[in-house]
Amino acid sequence: MSFPILSLMLAVPAVAAIACLFLSAPAARVTALAATLIDLALGVVLWTSFDVGGAQWQFVEYAPLFGRFGWALGIDGYALLLIVLSVFLMPICIGASWQAIERRVPEYMAAFLFTEVLMIGTFAAQDLFLFYIFFEAGLIPMFLIIGIWGGANRIYASYKFFLYTLLGSLLMFIAMLYMSITAGTTSIPVLLNYDFPASVQTWLWLAFFASFAVKMPMWPVHTWLPDAHVQAPTAGSVILAGVLLKLGGYGFLRFSLPMFPEASASLVWLVFGLSAVAVIYTSLVALVQSDMKKLIAYSSVAHMAIVTIGLFAFNAQGIEGAMMVMLGHGLVSGALFLCVGVIYDRLHTREISRYGGLAINMPRYAILFLLFTMASIGLPGTSNFVGELLSLMGTYQVSTTIALLCTTGIILGAGYMLYLYRRVVFGEIKSEEVRQMSDLTPRELWLLVPIAAAVLWMGVYPESFLAPMRKDTQILLARIDRAKPAGDSLPTKGTGIVPAAHAETSAHGSAH
Amino acid sequence: MDYAANLAMTLPELVLAVGAIALMLVAAWGGPASTKAVSWVSVAVLGGALIALTGPASAGGDAFYGLYRADAFAAFAKVLIYIGASVAILMAPDFFRRTAGADLRPEYPVLILLSACGMGMMVSAGDLLTLYVGLELQSLAAYVLASFMRQDTRSAEAGLKYFVLGALASGILLYGISLVYGFTGSTMFDEIAGAYAAAPLTGSGRSLGLLFGLVFVFAGLAFKISAVPFHMWTPDVYEGAPTPVTAFFASAPKVAAIALAVRVAIEAMGPAEVQWRQIVIFASLASILLGAVAAIGQQNVKRLLAYSSINNVGFALIGLAAGTPEGVASVMTYMTIYLAMTLGSFLVVLQMRDADGQPIETIDSLAGLSRTRPGLAAALAIFMFSLAGIPPLFGFYAKFAVFYAAVQAGLFPLAVVGVVFSVIGAYYYLRLVKTMYFDEPTGTFGAGDKLEGGLIAVAAVFVSPLGYLAIPALSAWTLAAANSLF
Repeated sequence: MSFPILSLMLAVPAVAAIACLFLSAPAARVTALAATLIDLALGVVLWTSFDVGGAQWQFVEYAPLFGRFGWALGIDGYALLLIVLSVFLMPICIGASWQAIERRVPEYMAAFLFTEVLMIGTFAAQDLFLFYIFFEAGLIPMFLIIGIWGGANRIYASYKFFLYTLLGSLLMFIAMLYMSITAGTTSIPVLLNYDFPASVQTWLWLAFFASFAVKMPMWPVHTWLPDAHVQAPTAGSVILAGVLLKLGGYGFLRFSLPMFPEASASLVWLVFGLSAVAVIYTSLVALVQSDMKKLIAYSSVAHMAIVTIGLFAFNAQGIEGAMMVMLGHGLVSGALFLCVGVIYDRLHTREISRYGGLAINMPRYAILFLLFTMASIGLPGTSNFVGELLSLMGTYQVSTTIALLCTTGIILGAGYMLYLYRRVVFGEIKSEEVRQMSDLTPRELWLLVPIAAAVLWMGVYPESFLAPMRKDTQILLARIDRAKPAGDSLPTKGTGIVPAAHAETSAHGSAH
Repeated sequence: MDYAANLAMTLPELVLAVGAIALMLVAAWGGPASTKAVSWVSVAVLGGALIALTGPASAGGDAFYGLYRADAFAAFAKVLIYIGASVAILMAPDFFRRTAGADLRPEYPVLILLSACGMGMMVSAGDLLTLYVGLELQSLAAYVLASFMRQDTRSAEAGLKYFVLGALASGILLYGISLVYGFTGSTMFDEIAGAYAAAPLTGSGRSLGLLFGLVFVFAGLAFKISAVPFHMWTPDVYEGAPTPVTAFFASAPKVAAIALAVRVAIEAMGPAEVQWRQIVIFASLASILLGAVAAIGQQNVKRLLAYSSINNVGFALIGLAAGTPEGVASVMTYMTIYLAMTLGSFLVVLQMRDADGQPIETIDSLAGLSRTRPGLAAALAIFMFSLAGIPPLFGFYAKFAVFYAAVQAGLFPLAVVGVVFSVIGAYYYLRLVKTMYFDEPTGTFGAGDKLEGGLIAVAAVFVSPLGYLAIPALSAWTLAAANSLF
């Protein structure tokens, strides 16, 4: 067995989290930052030593510690990218909370570090129940983060977040019990190739859907998200949008599609229908928001719908595009929440109407905010363009109507994002307090510039991110191809060959 | 089989009975001054009974011509019972010393010893009469314990209420026993099982006497485990009884009553599984639902924990409904983890005292506990999330085990409805966490006792994710215990 790097990545923040609880506020900040940076370094090691095109599961660890299930870790390309995204955003979250959080700092840092442990664990788990434990345990620190450090209506939001997601997950739990008993194993790699009868698949698929649709979140079970985002502290929003929302998409990719291909195919209409409604409905809702965070939260729901249609397109473009949207959205929406946090820290309001003319006194801020706004719209050259284009291309092959409906989301997205940008950054400075606002501090630049660089990297050279998952997509497609739904945008069959042309061709043939 | 071998198998009960009688004499002559000594010796006696379990008492087979069973199942339940009883003795002195108008008397540990002896008889019963005698010994000691704070009217009310309703339940149980005896001709579990297997239980010619006997026996047992619809006494008794006694009621007798119900269901009425399963499923789902819904409005933390115990019994019964060895093992797993969570929660409740040391029981008084007493708040939060069954805490594994058994037995609707109801339960556990962590502090509690702090820490570590490392040992042990019933 090789060096257990995944366990180490889990152990570092876990130990640091416990240490934080016993430290003073400044020491806790430093400890948390150090732990997340170590994990980032380990993440880079993980990425560079990942053998692209090699074995499907790498860095595998196994210890039968828990009787009915075991400590089984291992990653493929999808998990690798999402882990790298998590460890990349974590130090930024700690940095964003450096001054914004003044109360109960040690507990705050501990909660964030525990969240990091659980996220990495969720992506790395190779055992059904180990996955469930990490997946579900993430509720506890997030509940505390929203509830303790959140805004005015934080208690309502924290309950809603917790109970909504818990209900969805528990149905999945029963399905997991059934699967492990029927298949006689809890190993995810084995279950990926286990064929459940089609009739059972539908029920299992629906149970998993109940969980992932809430996490995703898909319309109409998305209502917890705007509340949670608005009430959460800035870093909480970043991690919620950046990584926790990816758990749903990852779940579809890891469980629903390969384990229940027939059910996935027969229920594509459900996913597509809900996603199309989500794209249009939530984009329109975003257009009328007066609260910046709420606007970005609704735009997240719309972007996640692009992910779900891509995943259920049953082709390489769709699936890889969905992954790219997840990664891109993780960076961009995280950065947008940071941008909101930057001005919230100065004026303590998220009301769009209170701002205006920030380009005059905050030029550096205006540039970075513009970059992330454009990335969110999906401008070519930024991360989201690659993902959205691929995802919609994939969808087009299955359903032209849905691709058409979902593409309107990009137009509407341009509408609400540019409208937001115009109201906040352009125009005249309306009040004295806005005039007093200072431009980005070096600390804030350190938070935003790395994300900006990553966004451009993904947009200009997406191959770095597509390469690790290419082989996994091929394996996944080989698995689900048998159930692939018929597309409605295939070239139509011709009505026969025109006789004259036919004669010409045969003449050519005889001439040779 | 000679008499000495029979006695060797019942050694734990003998140790407890002789110890209790000897200590009763000490208490009679020593008076209140002997309280401390009697308490410590009682814990030692329980430890002695635990050691006695290692001998023939855990694997000897039938003693006294089948009246008494010394098997792995009984031994496992007794370990839990003795732990619960020991903690109940250990947590009492500090509580009574601080509480005005109540003093600990040496009879308290003696009564707990007698109760533990009765519980040992219950879980080892191989005959309906042993069952009844054990149950009554346990209950009579418990009635006195409930009203131990004689000056407190709530305590007296709790004792009286417990006694009256307990007597009613005993009557129902005895009525069931007499019906079973009348229609099977025996009180021995093995022969009853034979009679149930031979008699027709379905169709027009079914034996109504046997079925009615079964229903009455289960109704009586449901009272003892406080399953809905026989739960009404629980909140009042839990609220009124002194807190250490409440902790005792929620732990050891609960384990004993569940183990007894499992043994009767599997050993005596195993052939009538289809018939009792309906009762168990109803009691289970009703308990989960009522335990969850009724707890939402509670303001008193002891009442809240009473409803929580009703809720938890419902989950344990899911494992029994499966009726398989795995199901029985899951019930025992559940009760093991439940014991740690419940004792831990009540130990935290014991720390809730105002500046004068008087106990406070309102949930609102917990406000902001995470600032004033972070360690205590973290421990209670662990217990609450664990009771709610949220991973990675060990309470999740308890629910995992019972739902695993239910799904394995094909009881999908039960499992699905059970988990959906558990979300309702999660709400009120979260309410405690919210009060401690989200609300502003209103006051602070007096300093705690070192011994109690240590016990809380042990329980919290067991319930924390570290507890998962105990799973292989726990599953092997519970499965061995369960297999001894089949």
